[in-house]
Amino acid sequence: MRSKVWVGMVLLMVALLMISGCAKKAVRTDGDVSQAGQDAAALEAEKARRAAEIEAARLAAERDAKRLAEEARLREARNQFMNEHIYFEFDSAALTPTAVSVLKEKGAWLDKERAVNVLIEGHCDERGTNEYNLALGERRAQSAKAFLVDMGISPSRLSTVSYGEERPLDPGQNEAAWAKNRRAQFVVE
Amino acid sequence: MNFSDNFLGGRVRRWRRGFLVLGSLLALAVAVCPSASAADYGYIDLTNPYLRKIPLAIPDFKSVSGDPATVELAREGARLASQTLDFTGYFSIINPGAFLVDPKTMGVTETDVDFKAWTGIGSELLITGLASLSGGVVDLELRLFDTVKQERLLGKRYTARQADLPRLIRRFCSEVLMLLTGNPGPFESQIVFVSGGNGQKEIYTCDFDGGNPQAFTRHGNISLAPSWSTDGLWISYTSYQRGRPDLYIRHRLENRGAVVAEKGINLNGQWVPGRFELAATLSFSGDEEIYLLSGGGKIIKRLTQQPDIDVSPTFSPDGGRMAFVSKRSGSPQIYVMDMGSGHTERLTFEGPYNTQPSWSPKGGRIAYTAMEKNRIDIRMIEIETRRIVQLTQGSGDNESPSWSPDGSLIAFSSTREGPSRIYVMTSFGTDQRRLLSLPGAQSQPDWSPNGIQ
Repeated sequence: MRSKVWVGMVLLMVALLMISGCAKKAVRTDGDVSQAGQDAAALEAEKARRAAEIEAARLAAERDAKRLAEEARLREARNQFMNEHIYFEFDSAALTPTAVSVLKEKGAWLDKERAVNVLIEGHCDERGTNEYNLALGERRAQSAKAFLVDMGISPSRLSTVSYGEERPLDPGQNEAAWAKNRRAQFVVE
Repeated sequence: MNFSDNFLGGRVRRWRRGFLVLGSLLALAVAVCPSASAADYGYIDLTNPYLRKIPLAIPDFKSVSGDPATVELAREGARLASQTLDFTGYFSIINPGAFLVDPKTMGVTETDVDFKAWTGIGSELLITGLASLSGGVVDLELRLFDTVKQERLLGKRYTARQADLPRLIRRFCSEVLMLLTGNPGPFESQIVFVSGGNGQKEIYTCDFDGGNPQAFTRHGNISLAPSWSTDGLWISYTSYQRGRPDLYIRHRLENRGAVVAEKGINLNGQWVPGRFELAATLSFSGDEEIYLLSGGGKIIKRLTQQPDIDVSPTFSPDGGRMAFVSKRSGSPQIYVMDMGSGHTERLTFEGPYNTQPSWSPKGGRIAYTAMEKNRIDIRMIEIETRRIVQLTQGSGDNESPSWSPDGSLIAFSSTREGPSRIYVMTSFGTDQRRLLSLPGAQSQPDWSPNGIQ
């Protein structure tokens, strides 16, 4: 009798366990299969979206950086064009080899920047006399212009003005200052 | 002029004639000396009329009344006369401290001047004045005496408004010079020049002696290279008023004129004597060439035809020849062109850099600026003989010579005292002195004809 009770109890417990187990399982199974699948997909999508976003941002940043770098490069090129002067020997409007290589860079830049017009200023050092230097400054500007025109730059984009000895870069009265002042400058108009 | 000016008596004509001898001697001395100097242009010739200056006494003028205003006016008149005549470099003005007679009581006419008292202190010439003043009108009798010969050379009586005293004195001084040298001198002339700094230069004018400086332009930009028309009515110059070097031709007193704004440089030059025409350097052809322009700014014709810099035209007194600077031989040198035939000859061969020619109004000589071994100095060349005299030396950079209308003096710019200023010297290089000093720097003087005030 006692053993029957035990068996009965065990069976009951098993049954109970099974029921509870099944019941539990049934509940969980339902939820798990659909929900978990959805969650994972969303996660994946989210991940992908995020990644795409990050990638897009990265690309944008890269593009920005490239654009900025390009802008900086253009600005730099423009600044260099504006700030790099060519220099002349005393009482001469002949282009030195250095002046020629600088002018070649300027010509290449002008060839790319088709919308740009340039004013070429001719300058002299303070030695010599004003009127003659005004003429000499004009010849220096003309020398630079002629070189650029030979490179294929349209003369209509290039104008000249001579300031003679009126606008020195360096007011010093020594050869270093004079050498700086014997120049042609390029101004983007 | 608001004052009358009359001869005092008829004897003057005779004395004038007598004194022309002295005048021509002086002129002869001026003409002869450069050749004596010739040996080497390194030194200024010292045997010139400015070495032996004529001792001249100008005591305070005498006042008819003891009225303090008249006394002061009389003193001021004598001071102005001394200053004006001293400017020429011909005279040594005797220090009043040496006078043996009291100007207040001395005789002023030929009958009562104590000539011995004047020769006793070395005076050879004497100017006396007798002044009265009433109702703001000055009445002034002025006399010039040769104290050695004890003769009156000149007598003039002037009446003028008191404010015109300086002009009156200048008029008399012109008479004195006319008598002594055959030319009235520079006392009724002006000088136009450039003044400013820091990229802002304006055109100014001043009296012959640097007095009364006035701004002629107010462009607020760079203006330079001014010159007078030979009737003194027009001033031309180059200005960056519109951003490029354009040529402006403006009436001196009236608001009218013309602008020459060809492509490239429009660089002012000098006017053709006696004509309403000027020469200027234009580069619109792609090359700096000298053109003859009408005073209205129209191109009459191209004068130079060489493919390099041609600038700084200046004309002989008769307008028949033009000197200018050209780089055609490789360095800037001075050339002379016959205006009729166009025949051109190189004038300067000494030194690597000769520019800024200025033709003497007496003809025959050209002052110019020479640069050698980084020194810039004024030289003068006799056109016929090509003999060269160096006029400045060892005192800063000296540039832009311009002759006084009588050909006796040369204005120029110099950095001898620091910033560039306007100076004047005799045509022999003596008596160099600063004319004026304004804020900034002054340069590029050009002397007007006489008689423009």
